[in-house]
Amino acid sequence: MTALLEVRDVEARYGDALALSRISLEVAEQQTLAVIGANGAGKSTLLRCLAGLMPVSAGQIRFRGESLDRVPAHRRVAAGISLVPEGRRLFASLTVTDNLLVGAHQRRPGPWDLDAVFEALPLVAQRRDRYAGALSGGEQQAVAIGRALMANPELLLLDEVSLGLAPVVIKQVYEVLPAIKAAGTTVLVVEQDVRQALAVADEVHCLLEGRTTLTGPAGSVSQEEVARAYFGV
Amino acid sequence: MDLTNAVLQGVLLGGLYAIFATGLSLVFGVMRIVNLAHGDFATLAAFVALVLVTGVGLPVWATLLVVVPVLALLGYAVQRLLLQRALSPSPLPVLLVTFALSIVIQNGLLEVFSSDQNRLRLGRLDTASLHVGAFALGVYPLLVFVVAVLILAGLALFLSRTRTGRAMRATSDDREAAQLAGVDHRHVYGVATALAFATVAVAGVLSGAQTSFTPSSGPSLLIFAFEVVIIGGLGNLWGSLAGGIVLGVAQNVGAWVDPAQQVLAGHLVFLLVLALRPQGLFGRAVPA
Ligand SMILES: Nc1ncnc2c1ncn2[C@@H]1O[C@H](COP(=O)(O)OP(=O)(O)OP(=O)(O)O)[C@@H](O)[C@H]1O
Ligand SMILES: [Mg+2]
Repeated sequence: MTALLEVRDVEARYGDALALSRISLEVAEQQTLAVIGANGAGKSTLLRCLAGLMPVSAGQIRFRGESLDRVPAHRRVAAGISLVPEGRRLFASLTVTDNLLVGAHQRRPGPWDLDAVFEALPLVAQRRDRYAGALSGGEQQAVAIGRALMANPELLLLDEVSLGLAPVVIKQVYEVLPAIKAAGTTVLVVEQDVRQALAVADEVHCLLEGRTTLTGPAGSVSQEEVARAYFGV
Repeated sequence: MDLTNAVLQGVLLGGLYAIFATGLSLVFGVMRIVNLAHGDFATLAAFVALVLVTGVGLPVWATLLVVVPVLALLGYAVQRLLLQRALSPSPLPVLLVTFALSIVIQNGLLEVFSSDQNRLRLGRLDTASLHVGAFALGVYPLLVFVVAVLILAGLALFLSRTRTGRAMRATSDDREAAQLAGVDHRHVYGVATALAFATVAVAGVLSGAQTSFTPSSGPSLLIFAFEVVIIGGLGNLWGSLAGGIVLGVAQNVGAWVDPAQQVLAGHLVFLLVLALRPQGLFGRAVPA
């Protein structure tokens, strides 16, 4: 069986600075991969490369066996890749409902529509007519996830959805994950919170300063291994 | 002409100015760029209409059926082939490209049409007027005002109700996030520019039937449009109408005081608004 997503020896740069150095990973269909790492490890850079916001300077990314070279971001959404970006990035002057409708811009068929999102994310349903700029952090995060779901992705990329949220809100936001997986969606979560990441993932991939320091099944890596890979000690 | 009449005519003139301004405002709102050739494309539209009237014999209103789609297509092409390549974090490349376009259009028109004054003739409509009580209003300026309101209402509906309009607002808020939602921002930019060119074509033709124009009329039209946008508040459709009315009234009242001071009066009111309310009458204060 071929993987849904294959990353081979990928490098990415900001100017001369190497942000990712020969990263390789695979995500099988309907699996959940957690990418963990400290500040500046390159997690967001990896997701931006996958989503098509940033070119890779070397290596290959394949989705369903097809190269994503020169495929622009909006075509990747059409192909089934959606990113919930770091910092939520909602359309502040649009209502919550309009934010969700923009998420459906490509009109990909699938289980998610307004009603399904409202049902899965009560936080979003309560605020559907508000302007996105007027929401709390947790509500914004829920809308950002809802907006990505509206594209009916096969591969959902989540960048630090727990960042800056109270524990009780993090729990609410993560409660939607089982429903997403049940719809057959493959998930790649990026987290600084290792416990949260390991709790939801099948596989884990740890980055440190743009390099892979650990990979393995989430259930069988030991705490010491993770700590060493995470901090590089 | 008494003062009330001057004010009323100014209000109607404001409709025309609003059409000029709305394209400038839309392009700035969506792409954060200023098209310095905005006024010259209006002049270009007026000259194309002139050719269709004098050469082909079309009535002025029918030239819109040709000029508007042609300029819309031209706008899409200009955005995708020229401006898109000049887009960068700095506004300078786009300003230079549009400045160059402005010069090319003016000189091209001068080459073909000479620097004579031209006017699109309407026939009976040129002089028809409507008597309301003691006031006499021109039928044509009234029609132009109605067209302005319809255009603004149409644009408002497009932006709020359609898929592309929603994508346009989203792209204006956060381009990258819109891309992540599946929006092709380059296409959205092209559509925004096409709409801007379509409205400026309408404005150019309608204005060409109201006042005379030459190949070098563009820059002053750009200034009026710019003043209207600032007075009304950036990125506010109905603000454009209010701004147009303020400028139109200021100019006509100025002309009532002294016919030579028409344009100056408009500039003074613009400067006054800029000094007292820099975000415009209807704009939100934008954090720096
Ligand atoms: N726009 C940019 N320009 C230059 N360097 C950047 C830029 N964005 C990130 N970097 C650098 O690239 C490296 C990886 O950054 P990245 O944002 O991918 O890390 P991260 O793992 O997502 O960190 P965090 O947990 O803080 O979000 C860091 O050294 C960072 O300083
Ligand atoms: Mg990050």
